[in-house]
Amino acid sequence: MDSNSLFNTQRSDRWWFEPLWTGVGFLCFVIYTTWAMLQGDYYWWSAGVEGFGGYLSPFYSPLIFINPIVNGAAPIDHSWFGSWPEWWPNLIPASPAILILAGPLSFRMTCYYYRKFYYRSYFMSPPGCSVKGIRNKKYKGETALLIFQNLHRFTLYIAIGIIFILSYDAILSFFQGGEFGVGLGSIILTINPILLIGYTFGCHVFRHLSGGHKDCFTCPNGKPTFRYQVWKGVSWLNGRHMMWAWISMIWVAFTDIYVRMVASGYWIDMNTWNN
Amino acid sequence: MGLRKFKLFRGDSREGTMKDFKVEVDQGMVVLDVIHRIQSEQVGDLAVRWNCKAGKCGSCSVEINGKPKLACMTRMNEYSLEETISVRPIKTFPLIKDLVADVSWNYKQNKNIAPFTPDPDKKDNNGNYIMMQEDVDRVQEFRKCIECYLCQNVCHVLRDHDKKNEFVGPRFMIRLASLEMHPLDKADRIENIKNDYGSGMCNITRCCTDVCPEHIQITDNGIIPLKERVVDRYYDPIIWLWNKLFGKPK
Ligand code: SF4
Ligand code: SF4
Ligand code: FES
Ligand code: FES
Repeated sequence: MDSNSLFNTQRSDRWWFEPLWTGVGFLCFVIYTTWAMLQGDYYWWSAGVEGFGGYLSPFYSPLIFINPIVNGAAPIDHSWFGSWPEWWPNLIPASPAILILAGPLSFRMTCYYYRKFYYRSYFMSPPGCSVKGIRNKKYKGETALLIFQNLHRFTLYIAIGIIFILSYDAILSFFQGGEFGVGLGSIILTINPILLIGYTFGCHVFRHLSGGHKDCFTCPNGKPTFRYQVWKGVSWLNGRHMMWAWISMIWVAFTDIYVRMVASGYWIDMNTWNN
Repeated sequence: MGLRKFKLFRGDSREGTMKDFKVEVDQGMVVLDVIHRIQSEQVGDLAVRWNCKAGKCGSCSVEINGKPKLACMTRMNEYSLEETISVRPIKTFPLIKDLVADVSWNYKQNKNIAPFTPDPDKKDNNGNYIMMQEDVDRVQEFRKCIECYLCQNVCHVLRDHDKKNEFVGPRFMIRLASLEMHPLDKADRIENIKNDYGSGMCNITRCCTDVCPEHIQITDNGIIPLKERVVDRYYDPIIWLWNKLFGKPK
């Protein structure tokens, strides 16, 4: 009645459409991110003005070390630990992004939504519902090799920290040489942490920790607790987690593109500082 | 609506094929109506299981054009006039005859689950068990289950990998969720959820949620919260350390 071959299904609809577009879409993001990470330049723009303020690409934030001589690098005082270390191997590009991207990436790679889509799109486990995947007698789900997925909560803690850092960068973007102003870049850099808040605080782990782990929402006195209200709010975000995942991811990449283009002089930033 | 083309599976566990039928379909019919018409007019011995014809008994689960669905809730106007509609029995469970599969494996899983165990300490002063609406709401979602086993059928852990010994399946994960999240229940099933019921076998790819005719958020509200409770108990070193230093919370 049926064969055991991959993709075997009786479905006549376009079941492959969703795994295909999510798979290709995410691949584009990964390719761009890797490229941008390896560049190590044009991640900062303050129109050459020194002092407080400037646009910093989210892929490069926080700046652990800075190599100040490359084009479009941030001034050295923005670095947490000063200039680029001598011992850094020549083979690896001296890019601040390399030092920090594992944080947000590990958060997304262990996210329950991302897991769903990459298990489907890339691992064919299963490619679609009632579509034959790679049949595997040794299938172990998330109990063996993938048991690390249980550590998703620790990546959430990192992601919450990153929101604070990117919010600081958003504030930074409203200044140039200490002078307050607004540019298109400031708005783009402000939307970024807002979208990340929508994504991060709709996380299933956050939903669990904020209230979901309780069996009783109305104990001890029969009134809905504060925890319950928080859980309700988080649940609202959580119900739209996939949407937040995509728009926040696309926006982070777009923010990097914007800063990169302005810093390298291809795009002119519209702003109130007249530059 | 005129003459429509159907293909129905005919056979038993030893052999069987898809058989073609042409049948007159009227306005407003559902797939189950058409199957019944074929049964009464063309093949009297066609086996099909049904009961309520209202999407409430969970008997009529089949695969229509490859999608797990309730035959009584699938309207004919979902399909274009030229489309041939193929109906097969659910694949994950042993076939009895034609469109009817033997789902008794599921009843056995159910029996293995520690039932609701009310905590006598939680009685109020009048000796009653009281529950507030907010707490009712969360577990009530899971009580909507009609045990159609479409989620069990579509779950690739059971369907493709045949891990029936290692995973109870989504339907019973939500039963476990409804018990574990119940404010009046005092049994602890977390260890079994990890070791016996196989929460780790689910890779949250959500097909169960996609097919559930009651629109229960099986993965988001049931399985993922249970997985997180398992993490609390077994995989979180900070909670582990905290419990070692300050003792387990009651
Ligand atoms: S989410 Fe889990 S239980 Fe549901 S179908 Fe997928 S693997 Fe099975
Ligand atoms: S959870 Fe939904 S799909 Fe699964 S048996 Fe219950 S009603 Fe059917
Ligand atoms: S579940 Fe998606 S971020 Fe945690
Ligand atoms: S006949 Fe009862 S659910 Fe279809």
